[in-house]
Amino acid sequence: MGLKKPKIKSIKYEEFQDNESLEKMAAELNANGANVILGAVDDVINWGRANSPWSLTFATSCCGIEFMAIGAARYDMARFGFEVTRPSPRQADLIMVCGTITHRMAPVLKRLYDQMAEPKYVVAVGGCAVGGGPFTKSYHVVQGVDKIIPVDVYLPGCPPRPEAFLYSMMQLQRKIKLQKFLGGVNRKEKKQK
Amino acid sequence: MDLKKRILEIAPETQFVEQGDIKAIVPSSSFYALAKKLKEDEDTSFDFLLSLTGMDFGDSLGVIYHLESTKYGHTCVLQTSTTNRENPELYSVCDLWKTANFNEREVYDFFGIRFINHPDMRRLFLRDEWNGYPFRKDYDMDSNPLNMTNEVTEDKTTELTIDAEGNVIEKENTLFDDKEYVINIGPQHPSTHGVLRFRTSLQGEIIKKIEPYCGYIHRGIEKMNENLTYPQTLALTDRLDYLSAHQNRHALCMLIEKALGVEIPERVQYIRTIMDELQRIDSHILFYSCLAMDMGAITPFTYGFRDREMILDIFEQTTGGRLIQNYNVVGGVQADIHPDFVNSVKKFIPYFRNILKEYHDIFTGNVIVHQRLKGVGVLSKEDAISFGTTGGTGRASGWACDTRKRKPYAMYDKVDFKEIVYTEGDSFARYMVRMDEMLESMKIIEQLIDNIPEGAYQVKMKPIIKVPEGSYFTSVESSRGEFGVFLESKGDKYPYRLKYRSTGLPLVAAVDTITKGGKIADLIAIGGTLDYVIPDIDR
Amino acid sequence: MFDFSVVSSWIHQFLTSVMPEGLAIFLECLVVGVCILAAYAVIAMILIYMERKICAWFQCRIGPDRVGKFGLLQLFADVIKMLIKEIVELKNTDKFLHALAPYIVILSSILAFACLPINKGMEILDFNIGVVFLVAVSSLGVIGILLAGWSSNSKYTMIGAMRSGAQIISYELSIGMCLLAVAIFTGTLQFSEIVAFQADGWLIFKGHIPAVIAFIVYLIAGNAETNRGPFDMPEAESELTAGYHTEYSGMHFGFFYLSEYLNMFIIAGVAATIFLGGWMPLHISGLEGFNAIMDYIPGFVWFFGKAFFVVFLLMWMRWTFVRLRIDQLLKFEWKILLPIGLFNLVLMILVVVFKLHF
Repeated sequence: MGLKKPKIKSIKYEEFQDNESLEKMAAELNANGANVILGAVDDVINWGRANSPWSLTFATSCCGIEFMAIGAARYDMARFGFEVTRPSPRQADLIMVCGTITHRMAPVLKRLYDQMAEPKYVVAVGGCAVGGGPFTKSYHVVQGVDKIIPVDVYLPGCPPRPEAFLYSMMQLQRKIKLQKFLGGVNRKEKKQK
Repeated sequence: MDLKKRILEIAPETQFVEQGDIKAIVPSSSFYALAKKLKEDEDTSFDFLLSLTGMDFGDSLGVIYHLESTKYGHTCVLQTSTTNRENPELYSVCDLWKTANFNEREVYDFFGIRFINHPDMRRLFLRDEWNGYPFRKDYDMDSNPLNMTNEVTEDKTTELTIDAEGNVIEKENTLFDDKEYVINIGPQHPSTHGVLRFRTSLQGEIIKKIEPYCGYIHRGIEKMNENLTYPQTLALTDRLDYLSAHQNRHALCMLIEKALGVEIPERVQYIRTIMDELQRIDSHILFYSCLAMDMGAITPFTYGFRDREMILDIFEQTTGGRLIQNYNVVGGVQADIHPDFVNSVKKFIPYFRNILKEYHDIFTGNVIVHQRLKGVGVLSKEDAISFGTTGGTGRASGWACDTRKRKPYAMYDKVDFKEIVYTEGDSFARYMVRMDEMLESMKIIEQLIDNIPEGAYQVKMKPIIKVPEGSYFTSVESSRGEFGVFLESKGDKYPYRLKYRSTGLPLVAAVDTITKGGKIADLIAIGGTLDYVIPDIDR
Repeated sequence: MFDFSVVSSWIHQFLTSVMPEGLAIFLECLVVGVCILAAYAVIAMILIYMERKICAWFQCRIGPDRVGKFGLLQLFADVIKMLIKEIVELKNTDKFLHALAPYIVILSSILAFACLPINKGMEILDFNIGVVFLVAVSSLGVIGILLAGWSSNSKYTMIGAMRSGAQIISYELSIGMCLLAVAIFTGTLQFSEIVAFQADGWLIFKGHIPAVIAFIVYLIAGNAETNRGPFDMPEAESELTAGYHTEYSGMHFGFFYLSEYLNMFIIAGVAATIFLGGWMPLHISGLEGFNAIMDYIPGFVWFFGKAFFVVFLLMWMRWTFVRLRIDQLLKFEWKILLPIGLFNLVLMILVVVFKLHF
């Protein structure tokens, strides 16, 4: 099976940014070829996963307010299948790291991530979560959550606009649609040294 | 009454510094007696500790106290210090003012000053195993790499007391017994409004004791400010309490302008006032939404957010930002208001007046809401003053603490508005204060919006701002209380020490008192009505 | 009126003609079981979709609309995701009980679901003490919830489970009172006979005041039984994160999620059956033509129509009210609802004895 372009309803593939890395990811996955039947099952599974990532209710600072805003009336993330935010990490598929992660919070975030059931995804929201943001020179701020947990999508902004939130969620959906459940994984956590 | 004379009578060795705000420098040995006298004497009655700031003077470590009397309205600034940098010890005032409890822990955390007679000398923001004290000038920034081990919470704490011979000894206090049923609410919990952590001791559903743990979003903004120029420091104020972004920045701008003696054009004052009030409405709508959500009603939450978006649209038109606007600058505002600004504000206000009735219909009038909020979480007026819970919480307890009335700034002395004061002190009063304040804010905006004078929106400032030596304090009424900024300047282009009076820290300090005897559900409702913003507490 | 027993007896005859009776009954049981499970799943999906859309409507949102037309496929996506999501194993817990709990919950709700008469002649479990059986099996669920809370070895789940136990056992009384009032009026505990009794007018009309009181009390108590807002104390998202199922993931959580919706449907279905006539069409005595037209609408349409109407009422409640506090909740039951229920029982007896009903 060749590369399939992940489709998002009513938005063209070309309109998304960073298609190259998606294509690279897909090429790596398909390097060994794939069974047609397994591939079809995979497609169904990925369709299900991509359309129903429930987020963890997690916010540390400003971005959290915008996160609430996309759940509310004007932006309404439920339209895209992000129906509920689950307060329990066991039932969440996605963690939107909204806000600064400090040294004291870092072990807690890691623990939350570990508590989540597979498959789990991470979106680093806002400058702080992406790379420390305005607090790079602080003594108590983690310079990007990717130092602690693997990140799937980076979303810059301080705080990002709700539209950007939705865009990052769609990018995540596209990424999920290129995964494999049967026969090969494409997302491994780095082994701790 | 001459305060100076009074202070000299009690503590004759006191010196006065008259750069910026007048400051009384009191030797540490006589400080506690002076503070006690000033608080308890009828004619001084300094019952409100506005701010407690730790300082590193280079050769000595000290604390600066901003006192205020709620009865007479007079203020004074005291400073005390110790030259012992290895083992600094000062006397605690937490038995005089309850708010000093958390503030002294903060000073211990940042400067390592230990307070004698403080019952609970633990770090407040940083982890127990943190090396060194970050706010000291000689702190090595790289001395604490990221520590990913899980935190171990100690149930023991130390207290320094003085024994019969006058020596300082250490005593051990217990926070929670082994047999207590202690649950962790937070740091990751849907209704702690961020990453606050309460360790809650329960008896069935009833709360016996709450121990708040802060610092999960402590970013060290105050320390970072010491290496930033004045215009740069402005950028971080918006991120303190992001729901009072305008007001926080207003405070810092006002402080620098006051220190420099810059006259601000009237147009700027109008714009700042309107923006502050819009921000207040925005914040109070969010308060309403979050309270409703905490109490299990999701529909009012979305209603609130629907209307909040309209204010954000107005902000966005002019400032380009939704949450963090970076609008005020030293000497004015960043850009002139959008040509449509006046129109959209005037359209919004009547709309919102109507919609506010809907809010009351769906939430305020509900029987269950009355049951959940009335008589729950009562905070007495004395406690409110002692804890320094300014803002809506204080006003719900009958303490008229509105900074806009007490120390008018910008246009507030020229507009007509009522200070909302309730006397019940319960959750419902705290809720109603904020709902009524929105009406008052709209009244203020309506008085100003048609009369914005023509003129410059900014005073041209020098490219490098140097604030003259001295210490300065300014405060504004932010959405959730008195937000103060304290600046110690050495005449440099960087502040020597910049401290923000957090509006939320007193609220968190008061949680234990307010919730005692309540249920878990009450804790959530009380947390909702206290309306704290965690990044503002932790800074 | 279409009678489903024609179909079922035809199948039975056909089967017994080709195989021994024991095997035939065994086969029928199997088919009926599969049908129940299928209906259970389908109704749960409809309910979840309905709740999402209704909740969105109340909240000025749109709700799911991108996955499939009008978001109709949203639920399938959710189900697929949940089916293959990892089930987290916990350390230091009773693994057997932890795994057992969701099945007990779902079992009790399936059993209760089987009691509902959907159409004429389409009763699965129908015997002379049907109402008592329904109350008995539906309260089995609380054991599952208690087990879930206890076996997770977490303080949050424990508090959630304790709340749930106190709440469900209390509100069971009110439900019992309402059902008793109906039993007094109709003189039977069998669902099919209760429905038949309402052939000349639904019970809520026939029994006037006491029946209306019983209906309202039943709705409130039923809502509390299903742990839905404003009585969602055991879950209380903003207090106990996710309450008793905080530690459950994947399909185990899915079972709790499904059973919550199905319990709501059962409450609505029972309310529809005993107060609104179940599958019985709207009959007004004296208007023969009208009654005949009404009879053309099949029974299951009537049943589902009524049940979903009650579901809508429950959702309306859920999305409007603020959550109660646990002590207020119990006070409400023991000091208000239960006395009302008892009083209503007496009232109903008086109505029946003096023949004051229609």
